[in-house]
Amino acid sequence: MRWINKTPGRPFALFLTVLPFVLLMIIYAMGSDARRAANPADKLLPPPSQLVDTAARLVSEPDRRSGEILFWKDTASSLRRLAIGVGLAASLGLAFGLLIGLLPVAHAGLNSFVAVISMVPPLAILPILFIVFGLGELSKVALITIGITPFLIRDLSARTAELPSEQIIKAQTLGASSLAIALRVALPQILPRLIQAVRLSLGPAWLFLIAAEAIASEDGLGYRIFLVRRYLAMDVILTYVAWITLIAFVLDWCLARLSRRLFPWAEAA
Amino acid sequence: MGFVTVEHVSQKYGKRPILDNVSLEVAEGAFISIVGASGCGKSTFLRLLLDQERPTRGEIRVDGIPLQGEPNRSRGIVFQRYSTFPHMTVRDNLVAAEGLGANLLGILPRARRQSARARANAALERIGLAHVADQYPATLSGGMQQRLAIAQALAAKPRILLLDEPFGALDPGTRERMHDFLQDLRAETNMTVFMVTHDLSEAFKLGDRVLAFDKVRWDPQFPDAYGATITYDFDARDGGIPYQILKEDTYVLDPAGS
Ligand SMILES: Nc1ncnc2c1ncn2[C@@H]1O[C@H](COP(=O)(O)OP(=O)(O)O)[C@@H](O)[C@H]1O
Ligand SMILES: [Mg+2]
Repeated sequence: MRWINKTPGRPFALFLTVLPFVLLMIIYAMGSDARRAANPADKLLPPPSQLVDTAARLVSEPDRRSGEILFWKDTASSLRRLAIGVGLAASLGLAFGLLIGLLPVAHAGLNSFVAVISMVPPLAILPILFIVFGLGELSKVALITIGITPFLIRDLSARTAELPSEQIIKAQTLGASSLAIALRVALPQILPRLIQAVRLSLGPAWLFLIAAEAIASEDGLGYRIFLVRRYLAMDVILTYVAWITLIAFVLDWCLARLSRRLFPWAEAA
Repeated sequence: MGFVTVEHVSQKYGKRPILDNVSLEVAEGAFISIVGASGCGKSTFLRLLLDQERPTRGEIRVDGIPLQGEPNRSRGIVFQRYSTFPHMTVRDNLVAAEGLGANLLGILPRARRQSARARANAALERIGLAHVADQYPATLSGGMQQRLAIAQALAAKPRILLLDEPFGALDPGTRERMHDFLQDLRAETNMTVFMVTHDLSEAFKLGDRVLAFDKVRWDPQFPDAYGATITYDFDARDGGIPYQILKEDTYVLDPAGS
Protein backbone atom coordinates (compact mmCIF):
# COMPACT_ATOMS: atom_id res chain seq x y z
CA MET A 1 0.00 0.00 0.00
CA ARG A 2 1.22 3.52 -0.76
CA TRP A 3 2.31 5.66 2.17
CA ILE A 4 -0.19 8.34 1.20
CA ASN A 5 -2.97 5.80 1.84
CA LYS A 6 -1.79 4.53 5.22
CA THR A 7 -3.76 6.09 8.04
CA PRO A 8 -2.90 5.38 11.69
CA GLY A 9 -5.62 3.94 13.95
CA ARG A 10 -6.88 6.08 16.81
CA PRO A 11 -4.58 4.81 19.58
CA PHE A 12 -1.56 4.85 17.30
CA ALA A 13 -2.40 8.37 16.10
CA LEU A 14 -2.62 9.53 19.72
CA PHE A 15 0.73 7.90 20.43
CA LEU A 16 2.27 9.69 17.43
CA THR A 17 0.80 12.99 18.64
CA VAL A 18 2.31 12.65 22.09
CA LEU A 19 5.61 11.20 20.89
CA PRO A 20 7.48 14.42 19.88
CA PHE A 21 6.55 16.11 23.17
CA VAL A 22 7.84 13.17 25.19
CA LEU A 23 10.98 12.98 23.04
CA LEU A 24 11.67 16.67 23.63
CA MET A 25 11.34 16.22 27.39
CA ILE A 26 13.60 13.16 27.39
CA ILE A 27 16.26 14.91 25.32
CA TYR A 28 16.10 17.92 27.63
CA ALA A 29 16.41 15.78 30.75
CA MET A 30 19.34 13.89 29.26
CA GLY A 31 21.07 17.09 28.25
CA SER A 32 20.52 18.60 31.66
CA ASP A 33 21.89 15.47 33.37
CA ALA A 34 24.96 15.37 31.15
CA ARG A 35 25.83 19.03 31.73
CA ARG A 36 25.43 18.79 35.50
CA ALA A 37 27.50 15.61 35.60
CA ALA A 38 30.31 17.65 34.07
CA ASN A 39 29.63 20.76 36.18
CA PRO A 40 27.23 20.55 39.16
CA ALA A 41 26.83 24.37 39.18
CA ASP A 42 25.63 24.47 35.56
CA LYS A 43 22.84 27.03 35.05
CA LEU A 44 22.13 26.54 31.37
CA LEU A 45 19.87 23.49 31.53
CA PRO A 46 18.33 23.34 35.01
CA PRO A 47 16.87 19.91 35.87
CA PRO A 48 13.12 19.35 35.37
CA SER A 49 12.60 19.17 39.13
CA GLN A 50 14.04 22.66 39.52
CA LEU A 51 11.81 23.96 36.71
CA VAL A 52 8.75 22.67 38.53
CA ASP A 53 9.91 24.26 41.80
CA THR A 54 10.59 27.57 40.07
CA ALA A 55 7.23 27.53 38.34
CA ALA A 56 5.45 26.82 41.62
CA ARG A 57 7.36 29.66 43.30
CA LEU A 58 6.69 32.12 40.45
CA VAL A 59 2.94 31.62 40.39
CA SER A 60 2.45 31.76 44.17
CA GLU A 61 5.07 33.91 45.91
CA PRO A 62 4.48 37.67 46.06
CA ASP A 63 7.31 40.05 45.32
CA ARG A 64 9.05 41.24 48.49
CA ARG A 65 9.01 44.90 47.54
CA SER A 66 5.57 45.37 45.96
CA GLY A 67 3.71 42.47 47.53
CA GLU A 68 2.32 41.51 44.11
CA ILE A 69 2.84 38.19 42.40
CA LEU A 70 4.91 39.38 39.46
CA PHE A 71 4.07 36.38 37.28
CA TRP A 72 0.39 37.25 37.17
CA LYS A 73 1.05 40.98 36.94
CA ASP A 74 3.32 40.38 33.93
CA THR A 75 0.71 38.12 32.37
CA ALA A 76 -2.07 40.67 32.85
CA SER A 77 0.02 43.54 31.45
CA SER A 78 1.12 41.58 28.39
CA LEU A 79 -2.33 40.24 27.65
CA ARG A 80 -3.85 43.71 27.98
CA ARG A 81 -1.33 45.11 25.48
CA LEU A 82 -1.89 42.19 23.15
CA ALA A 83 -5.68 42.49 23.36
CA ILE A 84 -5.73 46.23 22.70
CA GLY A 85 -3.15 46.03 19.90
CA VAL A 86 -4.75 43.06 18.15
CA GLY A 87 -8.29 44.38 18.75
CA LEU A 88 -7.39 47.70 17.20
CA ALA A 89 -5.68 46.00 14.26
CA ALA A 90 -8.66 43.69 13.72
CA SER A 91 -11.08 46.63 13.66
CA LEU A 92 -8.93 48.57 11.23
CA GLY A 93 -8.33 45.48 9.11
CA LEU A 94 -12.03 44.73 8.92
CA ALA A 95 -13.10 48.28 8.08
CA PHE A 96 -10.44 48.90 5.45
CA GLY A 97 -10.63 45.34 4.14
CA LEU A 98 -14.35 45.75 3.43
CA LEU A 99 -13.85 49.20 1.92
CA ILE A 100 -11.04 48.13 -0.41
CA GLY A 101 -12.71 44.85 -1.29
CA LEU A 102 -16.11 46.34 -2.11
CA LEU A 103 -15.53 49.86 -3.42
CA PRO A 104 -13.55 50.31 -6.64
CA VAL A 105 -12.81 53.89 -5.56
CA ALA A 106 -11.25 52.74 -2.28
CA HIS A 107 -9.39 49.98 -4.11
CA ALA A 108 -7.90 52.46 -6.57
CA GLY A 109 -6.92 54.83 -3.78
CA LEU A 110 -5.61 52.48 -1.12
CA ASN A 111 -4.66 49.06 -2.48
CA SER A 112 -1.16 49.90 -3.71
CA PHE A 113 -0.57 52.14 -0.72
CA VAL A 114 -1.33 49.32 1.72
CA ALA A 115 0.76 46.90 -0.34
CA VAL A 116 3.79 49.22 -0.02
CA ILE A 117 3.18 50.06 3.65
CA SER A 118 2.98 46.38 4.51
CA MET A 119 6.60 46.02 3.35
CA VAL A 120 7.88 48.41 6.04
CA PRO A 121 9.56 46.23 8.69
CA PRO A 122 7.67 47.16 11.89
CA LEU A 123 10.65 46.59 14.19
CA ALA A 124 12.67 49.07 12.17
CA ILE A 125 10.23 51.82 13.09
CA LEU A 126 10.09 50.90 16.78
CA PRO A 127 12.56 53.67 17.67
CA ILE A 128 10.30 56.14 15.89
CA LEU A 129 7.36 54.91 17.94
CA PHE A 130 9.33 55.36 21.16
CA ILE A 131 10.30 58.88 20.09
CA VAL A 132 6.78 59.84 19.03
CA PHE A 133 4.67 58.05 21.64
CA GLY A 134 7.18 57.89 24.49
CA LEU A 135 8.13 54.76 26.40
CA GLY A 136 4.64 54.15 27.83
CA GLU A 137 1.90 51.72 26.89
CA LEU A 138 0.98 53.53 23.70
CA SER A 139 4.14 52.73 21.77
CA LYS A 140 3.90 49.00 22.61
CA VAL A 141 0.28 48.79 21.54
CA ALA A 142 1.11 50.88 18.46
CA LEU A 143 3.88 48.48 17.44
CA ILE A 144 1.54 45.50 17.58
CA THR A 145 -1.17 47.35 15.67
CA ILE A 146 1.19 48.75 13.06
CA GLY A 147 2.86 45.37 12.75
CA ILE A 148 -0.19 43.30 11.87
CA THR A 149 -2.76 45.74 10.46
CA PRO A 150 -1.36 45.81 6.88
CA PHE A 151 -1.51 42.02 6.72
CA LEU A 152 -5.08 42.01 8.02
CA ILE A 153 -6.18 44.69 5.55
CA ARG A 154 -4.62 42.87 2.63
CA ASP A 155 -6.00 39.51 3.60
CA LEU A 156 -9.51 40.75 4.33
CA SER A 157 -9.74 42.96 1.25
CA ALA A 158 -8.70 39.99 -0.87
CA ARG A 159 -11.30 37.75 0.82
CA THR A 160 -13.97 40.41 0.32
CA ALA A 161 -13.11 40.77 -3.35
CA GLU A 162 -13.30 36.97 -3.67
CA LEU A 163 -16.95 36.85 -2.63
CA PRO A 164 -18.85 35.47 -5.63
CA SER A 165 -19.97 38.44 -7.72
CA GLU A 166 -23.28 36.60 -8.15
CA GLN A 167 -24.12 37.37 -4.52
CA ILE A 168 -23.32 41.06 -4.84
CA ILE A 169 -25.42 41.26 -8.01
CA LYS A 170 -28.23 39.33 -6.37
CA ALA A 171 -28.26 41.74 -3.43
CA GLN A 172 -28.53 44.66 -5.83
CA THR A 173 -31.51 43.08 -7.58
CA LEU A 174 -33.11 42.87 -4.13
CA GLY A 175 -32.64 46.62 -3.77
CA ALA A 176 -29.72 46.64 -1.32
CA SER A 177 -27.67 49.85 -0.93
CA SER A 178 -23.86 49.74 -0.86
CA LEU A 179 -24.01 49.98 2.93
CA ALA A 180 -26.57 47.17 3.14
CA ILE A 181 -24.38 44.97 0.95
CA ALA A 182 -21.36 45.72 3.13
CA LEU A 183 -23.19 45.07 6.39
CA ARG A 184 -25.51 42.21 5.51
CA VAL A 185 -23.76 40.35 2.69
CA ALA A 186 -20.01 40.97 2.96
CA LEU A 187 -19.42 41.59 6.69
CA PRO A 188 -20.98 38.37 8.02
CA GLN A 189 -19.12 36.30 5.44
CA ILE A 190 -15.82 38.04 6.20
CA LEU A 191 -16.02 37.62 9.98
CA PRO A 192 -14.86 33.97 9.95
CA ARG A 193 -12.00 35.03 7.71
CA LEU A 194 -11.18 37.79 10.20
CA ILE A 195 -10.86 35.23 12.98
CA GLN A 196 -8.69 33.08 10.74
CA ALA A 197 -6.47 36.04 9.84
CA VAL A 198 -6.19 37.09 13.50
CA ARG A 199 -5.11 33.55 14.38
CA LEU A 200 -2.38 33.77 11.77
CA SER A 201 -1.22 37.18 12.96
CA LEU A 202 -1.06 36.26 16.65
CA GLY A 203 2.45 34.89 16.14
CA PRO A 204 3.82 38.20 14.80
CA ALA A 205 1.77 40.05 17.44
CA TRP A 206 3.60 38.19 20.23
CA LEU A 207 6.90 38.90 18.53
CA PHE A 208 6.22 42.64 18.46
CA LEU A 209 4.90 42.61 22.02
CA ILE A 210 7.94 40.86 23.44
CA ALA A 211 10.32 43.03 21.43
CA ALA A 212 8.69 46.22 22.68
CA GLU A 213 8.61 44.97 26.27
CA ALA A 214 12.23 43.84 26.11
CA ILE A 215 13.37 47.31 25.11
CA ALA A 216 11.31 49.60 27.29
CA SER A 217 8.89 48.45 29.95
CA GLU A 218 8.30 48.06 33.67
CA ASP A 219 6.42 44.81 33.51
CA GLY A 220 5.23 42.17 31.08
CA LEU A 221 6.25 38.67 30.09
CA GLY A 222 8.85 39.87 27.58
CA TYR A 223 10.24 42.40 30.04
CA ARG A 224 10.70 39.72 32.73
CA ILE A 225 12.47 37.31 30.39
CA PHE A 226 14.97 39.92 29.30
CA LEU A 227 15.42 41.15 32.87
CA VAL A 228 16.33 37.76 34.39
CA ARG A 229 18.56 37.00 31.41
CA ARG A 230 21.17 39.13 33.20
CA TYR A 231 21.30 36.60 36.05
CA LEU A 232 21.24 33.66 33.66
CA ALA A 233 18.03 32.51 35.38
CA MET A 234 17.23 29.83 32.83
CA ASP A 235 14.58 28.28 35.07
CA VAL A 236 12.58 31.53 35.08
CA ILE A 237 13.06 32.10 31.37
CA LEU A 238 11.97 28.58 30.47
CA THR A 239 8.92 28.83 32.73
CA TYR A 240 7.90 32.10 31.08
CA VAL A 241 8.50 30.71 27.60
CA ALA A 242 6.39 27.65 28.36
CA TRP A 243 3.68 29.91 29.79
CA ILE A 244 3.67 32.18 26.71
CA THR A 245 3.49 29.12 24.48
CA LEU A 246 0.56 27.77 26.46
CA ILE A 247 -1.31 31.09 26.32
CA ALA A 248 -0.71 31.38 22.59
CA PHE A 249 -1.93 27.83 22.02
CA VAL A 250 -5.06 28.29 24.11
CA LEU A 251 -5.84 31.61 22.42
CA ASP A 252 -5.55 29.98 19.01
CA TRP A 253 -7.71 27.06 20.09
CA CYS A 254 -10.37 29.36 21.57
CA LEU A 255 -10.52 31.42 18.37
CA ALA A 256 -10.96 28.27 16.29
CA ARG A 257 -13.75 27.10 18.62
CA LEU A 258 -15.37 30.53 18.58
CA SER A 259 -15.35 30.60 14.79
CA ARG A 260 -17.04 27.21 14.59
CA ARG A 261 -19.61 28.22 17.20
CA LEU A 262 -20.48 31.59 15.69
CA PHE A 263 -20.40 30.65 12.01
CA PRO A 264 -21.82 27.16 11.57
CA TRP A 265 -22.68 27.96 7.95
CA ALA A 266 -18.97 28.38 7.15
CA GLU A 267 -18.45 24.71 8.06
CA ALA A 268 -21.27 23.51 5.80
CA ALA A 269 -19.91 25.27 2.72
CA MET B 1 -44.60 48.41 -28.86
CA GLY B 2 -42.61 45.89 -26.85
CA PHE B 3 -42.13 45.86 -23.12
CA VAL B 4 -38.43 45.13 -23.43
CA THR B 5 -36.77 46.77 -26.42
CA VAL B 6 -33.21 45.94 -27.44
CA GLU B 7 -31.96 48.20 -30.20
CA HIS B 8 -28.80 47.51 -32.21
CA VAL B 9 -26.90 46.40 -29.14
CA SER B 10 -23.23 45.42 -29.48
CA GLN B 11 -20.85 44.46 -26.72
CA LYS B 12 -17.06 44.33 -26.95
CA TYR B 13 -14.54 43.30 -24.32
CA GLY B 14 -11.42 45.20 -25.26
CA LYS B 15 -11.14 44.70 -29.00
CA ARG B 16 -13.04 41.46 -28.99
CA PRO B 17 -16.66 41.69 -30.16
CA ILE B 18 -18.99 39.36 -28.24
CA LEU B 19 -22.43 40.56 -29.33
CA ASP B 20 -22.98 42.23 -32.66
CA ASN B 21 -26.04 44.32 -33.49
CA VAL B 22 -28.68 42.50 -31.45
CA SER B 23 -32.21 43.83 -31.77
CA LEU B 24 -35.27 42.43 -30.06
CA GLU B 25 -38.81 43.31 -29.01
CA VAL B 26 -40.43 41.35 -26.21
CA ALA B 27 -44.01 41.67 -25.03
CA GLU B 28 -44.78 41.86 -21.32
CA GLY B 29 -45.36 38.42 -19.80
CA ALA B 30 -43.48 36.53 -22.50
CA PHE B 31 -41.15 33.65 -21.68
CA ILE B 32 -38.02 33.90 -23.83
CA SER B 33 -35.66 30.94 -24.01
CA ILE B 34 -32.12 31.66 -25.20
CA VAL B 35 -29.91 28.95 -26.66
CA GLY B 36 -26.51 29.02 -28.32
CA ALA B 37 -23.03 27.57 -28.24
CA SER B 38 -21.08 27.97 -25.05
CA GLY B 39 -19.10 31.20 -24.97
CA CYS B 40 -21.22 32.91 -27.63
CA GLY B 41 -22.43 35.65 -25.31
CA LYS B 42 -25.70 34.46 -23.76
CA SER B 43 -24.65 35.38 -20.23
CA THR B 44 -23.29 38.64 -21.57
CA PHE B 45 -26.73 39.38 -23.03
CA LEU B 46 -28.35 38.70 -19.65
CA ARG B 47 -25.81 40.96 -17.94
CA LEU B 48 -26.79 43.72 -20.35
CA LEU B 49 -30.50 43.14 -19.64
CA LEU B 50 -29.74 43.19 -15.93
CA ASP B 51 -27.86 46.46 -16.40
CA GLN B 52 -24.80 44.98 -14.72
CA GLU B 53 -22.87 46.16 -17.79
CA ARG B 54 -23.53 48.83 -20.38
CA PRO B 55 -23.39 47.87 -24.06
CA THR B 56 -20.63 49.46 -26.14
CA ARG B 57 -23.30 50.41 -28.67
CA GLY B 58 -27.07 50.44 -28.83
CA GLU B 59 -29.75 50.83 -26.20
CA ILE B 60 -32.01 48.69 -24.05
CA ARG B 61 -35.35 50.06 -22.85
CA VAL B 62 -37.81 48.59 -20.41
CA ASP B 63 -41.31 50.00 -20.62
CA GLY B 64 -39.92 52.77 -22.81
CA ILE B 65 -37.32 53.88 -20.25
CA PRO B 66 -33.60 53.32 -20.95
CA LEU B 67 -31.71 51.29 -18.34
CA GLN B 68 -30.20 53.42 -15.57
CA GLY B 69 -26.73 51.91 -15.17
CA GLU B 70 -27.04 49.38 -12.34
CA PRO B 71 -29.22 46.44 -11.26
CA ASN B 72 -32.39 47.18 -9.29
CA ARG B 73 -35.48 45.51 -7.92
CA SER B 74 -37.36 45.54 -11.21
CA ARG B 75 -35.17 42.77 -12.63
CA GLY B 76 -34.41 39.61 -10.67
CA ILE B 77 -31.78 37.03 -11.52
CA VAL B 78 -30.98 33.40 -10.78
CA PHE B 79 -27.55 32.06 -11.67
CA GLN B 80 -26.51 28.46 -12.03
CA ARG B 81 -24.79 28.71 -8.64
CA TYR B 82 -24.06 31.14 -5.79
CA SER B 83 -27.45 32.85 -6.05
CA THR B 84 -28.37 32.50 -2.38
CA PHE B 85 -26.61 33.89 0.68
CA PRO B 86 -24.65 31.08 2.37
CA HIS B 87 -24.56 32.79 5.78
CA MET B 88 -28.33 33.10 6.07
CA THR B 89 -30.74 30.28 6.84
CA VAL B 90 -33.19 29.27 4.13
CA ARG B 91 -35.93 31.36 5.74
CA ASP B 92 -33.66 34.36 6.27
CA ASN B 93 -32.71 34.22 2.60
CA LEU B 94 -36.35 34.94 1.77
CA VAL B 95 -36.76 37.53 4.52
CA ALA B 96 -33.61 39.24 3.18
CA ALA B 97 -35.32 39.57 -0.20
CA GLU B 98 -37.60 42.10 1.50
CA GLY B 99 -35.16 43.37 4.11
CA LEU B 100 -32.08 44.15 2.02
CA GLY B 101 -33.90 46.90 0.15
CA ALA B 102 -36.01 48.09 3.09
CA ASN B 103 -33.66 50.92 4.04
CA LEU B 104 -30.08 52.08 3.84
CA LEU B 105 -28.88 49.51 6.38
CA GLY B 106 -30.79 46.67 4.75
CA ILE B 107 -32.39 45.74 8.06
CA LEU B 108 -36.12 45.20 8.22
CA PRO B 109 -37.84 47.42 10.82
CA ARG B 110 -39.14 45.40 13.77
CA ALA B 111 -42.74 46.11 12.85
CA ARG B 112 -42.37 44.49 9.43
CA ARG B 113 -40.26 41.55 10.56
CA GLN B 114 -43.13 39.41 11.77
CA SER B 115 -45.12 39.69 8.56
CA ALA B 116 -42.02 39.14 6.40
CA ARG B 117 -41.29 35.93 8.30
CA ALA B 118 -44.88 34.82 7.83
CA ARG B 119 -44.65 35.48 4.08
CA ALA B 120 -41.32 33.64 3.94
CA ASN B 121 -42.84 30.66 5.76
CA ALA B 122 -45.79 30.61 3.39
CA ALA B 123 -43.46 30.73 0.38
CA LEU B 124 -41.33 27.91 1.82
CA GLU B 125 -44.46 25.85 2.37
CA ARG B 126 -45.38 26.32 -1.27
CA ILE B 127 -42.00 25.42 -2.69
CA GLY B 128 -41.65 22.44 -0.37
CA LEU B 129 -38.77 23.78 1.70
CA ALA B 130 -40.63 24.37 4.97
CA HIS B 131 -38.88 21.43 6.64
CA VAL B 132 -35.43 22.94 5.99
CA ALA B 133 -36.33 26.54 6.86
CA ASP B 134 -33.70 26.77 9.60
CA GLN B 135 -30.89 25.10 7.67
CA TYR B 136 -28.19 26.82 5.65
CA PRO B 137 -28.35 26.64 1.82
CA ALA B 138 -25.13 24.62 1.57
CA THR B 139 -26.88 21.70 3.30
CA LEU B 140 -29.60 21.55 0.60
CA SER B 141 -29.58 19.55 -2.62
CA GLY B 142 -28.98 21.37 -5.91
CA GLY B 143 -32.68 21.36 -6.81
CA MET B 144 -33.68 22.74 -3.43
CA GLN B 145 -31.05 25.47 -3.66
CA GLN B 146 -32.34 26.55 -7.05
CA ARG B 147 -35.95 26.54 -5.83
CA LEU B 148 -34.83 28.77 -3.00
CA ALA B 149 -32.92 31.03 -5.39
CA ILE B 150 -35.98 31.41 -7.63
CA ALA B 151 -38.30 32.02 -4.68
CA GLN B 152 -35.84 34.62 -3.36
CA ALA B 153 -35.74 36.43 -6.69
CA LEU B 154 -39.55 36.34 -6.91
CA ALA B 155 -39.99 37.64 -3.35
CA ALA B 156 -38.75 41.01 -4.61
CA LYS B 157 -41.63 40.95 -7.14
CA PRO B 158 -39.52 41.83 -10.19
CA ARG B 159 -41.21 42.59 -13.51
CA ILE B 160 -38.47 40.74 -15.36
CA LEU B 161 -36.83 37.50 -14.28
CA LEU B 162 -33.47 36.50 -15.75
CA LEU B 163 -32.38 32.87 -15.45
CA ASP B 164 -28.85 31.88 -16.46
CA GLU B 165 -28.79 28.10 -16.93
CA PRO B 166 -30.74 27.74 -13.69
CA PHE B 167 -31.21 23.98 -14.03
CA GLY B 168 -27.89 23.23 -15.71
CA ALA B 169 -26.45 21.41 -12.69
CA LEU B 170 -29.56 19.33 -11.88
CA ASP B 171 -30.37 15.73 -12.70
CA PRO B 172 -33.20 15.06 -15.23
CA GLY B 173 -35.86 14.12 -12.66
CA THR B 174 -35.24 17.21 -10.55
CA ARG B 175 -35.23 19.28 -13.73
CA GLU B 176 -38.75 18.07 -14.62
CA ARG B 177 -40.03 19.06 -11.20
CA MET B 178 -38.33 22.45 -11.50
CA HIS B 179 -40.11 22.99 -14.83
CA ASP B 180 -43.47 22.36 -13.19
CA PHE B 181 -42.50 24.65 -10.34
CA LEU B 182 -41.51 27.43 -12.71
CA GLN B 183 -44.65 27.03 -14.84
CA ASP B 184 -46.87 27.18 -11.75
CA LEU B 185 -45.16 30.38 -10.65
CA ARG B 186 -45.52 31.89 -14.09
CA ALA B 187 -49.22 31.17 -14.18
CA GLU B 188 -49.62 33.41 -11.12
CA THR B 189 -47.57 36.41 -12.17
CA ASN B 190 -47.27 38.38 -15.36
CA MET B 191 -43.51 38.30 -15.24
CA THR B 192 -41.41 38.52 -18.35
CA VAL B 193 -38.81 35.76 -18.24
CA PHE B 194 -35.50 35.36 -20.08
CA MET B 195 -33.96 31.94 -19.60
CA VAL B 196 -30.60 30.80 -20.95
CA THR B 197 -30.36 27.04 -21.32
CA HIS B 198 -28.28 24.40 -23.04
CA ASP B 199 -31.21 22.05 -23.23
CA LEU B 200 -33.24 22.55 -26.43
CA SER B 201 -36.25 20.57 -25.26
CA GLU B 202 -36.32 22.63 -22.08
CA ALA B 203 -36.11 25.80 -24.17
CA PHE B 204 -39.12 24.79 -26.29
CA LYS B 205 -41.11 23.33 -23.42
CA LEU B 206 -40.97 26.44 -21.26
CA GLY B 207 -40.52 29.25 -23.76
CA ASP B 208 -43.03 31.22 -25.81
CA ARG B 209 -40.14 32.14 -28.04
CA VAL B 210 -36.76 30.52 -28.48
CA LEU B 211 -33.88 32.76 -29.54
CA ALA B 212 -30.74 31.20 -30.94
CA PHE B 213 -27.51 33.20 -30.64
CA ASP B 214 -24.80 32.53 -33.19
CA LYS B 215 -22.16 34.21 -35.30
CA VAL B 216 -23.40 35.25 -38.71
CA ARG B 217 -19.94 35.81 -40.09
CA TRP B 218 -17.09 33.47 -39.36
CA ASP B 219 -13.40 33.83 -40.16
CA PRO B 220 -11.56 30.53 -39.66
CA GLN B 221 -8.27 32.45 -39.24
CA PHE B 222 -9.71 34.69 -36.52
CA PRO B 223 -12.56 32.94 -34.71
CA ASP B 224 -12.90 35.94 -32.40
CA ALA B 225 -13.20 38.51 -35.18
CA TYR B 226 -17.00 38.70 -35.15
CA GLY B 227 -19.65 38.77 -32.48
CA ALA B 228 -22.86 36.75 -32.17
CA THR B 229 -26.38 37.92 -32.80
CA ILE B 230 -29.87 36.45 -32.78
CA THR B 231 -29.94 34.12 -35.80
CA TYR B 232 -33.29 32.43 -35.19
CA ASP B 233 -36.40 33.56 -33.38
CA PHE B 234 -38.78 30.60 -33.10
CA ASP B 235 -42.38 30.76 -32.03
CA ALA B 236 -42.45 28.08 -29.35
CA ARG B 237 -46.00 28.30 -28.07
CA ASP B 238 -48.00 25.06 -27.97
CA GLY B 239 -44.89 23.10 -27.12
CA GLY B 240 -43.02 24.39 -30.14
CA ILE B 241 -45.31 22.78 -32.70
CA PRO B 242 -45.17 25.06 -35.72
CA TYR B 243 -48.33 26.97 -36.46
CA GLN B 244 -48.77 25.40 -39.93
CA ILE B 245 -48.81 21.84 -38.62
CA LEU B 246 -51.34 22.82 -36.05
CA LYS B 247 -53.48 24.34 -38.79
CA GLU B 248 -53.25 21.16 -40.92
CA ASP B 249 -54.24 19.03 -37.96
CA THR B 250 -57.20 21.23 -37.39
CA TYR B 251 -58.10 21.02 -41.07
CA VAL B 252 -57.97 17.24 -41.03
CA LEU B 253 -60.14 17.10 -37.97
CA ASP B 254 -62.46 19.78 -39.20
CA PRO B 255 -62.41 19.97 -43.05
CA ALA B 256 -65.17 22.50 -43.16
CA GLY B 257 -62.82 24.86 -41.35
CA SER B 258 -65.59 26.19 -39.16
N1 LIG C 1 -15.96 40.66 -18.22
C1 LIG C 1 -15.44 40.07 -19.30
N2 LIG C 1 -14.29 40.53 -19.84
C2 LIG C 1 -13.75 39.94 -20.94
N3 LIG C 1 -14.28 38.89 -21.57
C3 LIG C 1 -15.44 38.40 -21.11
C4 LIG C 1 -16.07 38.94 -19.94
N4 LIG C 1 -17.18 38.24 -19.70
C5 LIG C 1 -17.26 37.29 -20.66
N5 LIG C 1 -16.21 37.37 -21.50
C6 LIG C 1 -15.99 36.55 -22.67
O1 LIG C 1 -17.11 36.72 -23.51
C7 LIG C 1 -17.46 35.50 -24.12
C8 LIG C 1 -18.93 35.24 -23.93
O2 LIG C 1 -19.15 34.90 -22.59
P1 LIG C 1 -20.57 34.49 -22.04
O3 LIG C 1 -21.53 35.58 -22.29
O4 LIG C 1 -20.37 34.10 -20.61
O5 LIG C 1 -20.92 33.21 -22.91
P2 LIG C 1 -22.08 32.14 -22.73
O6 LIG C 1 -22.90 32.52 -21.51
O7 LIG C 1 -22.87 32.19 -23.99
O8 LIG C 1 -21.43 30.81 -22.55
C9 LIG C 1 -16.58 34.43 -23.53
O9 LIG C 1 -15.61 34.09 -24.47
C10 LIG C 1 -15.95 35.09 -22.35
O10 LIG C 1 -14.63 34.64 -22.19
MG1 LIG D 1 -23.05 31.55 -19.65
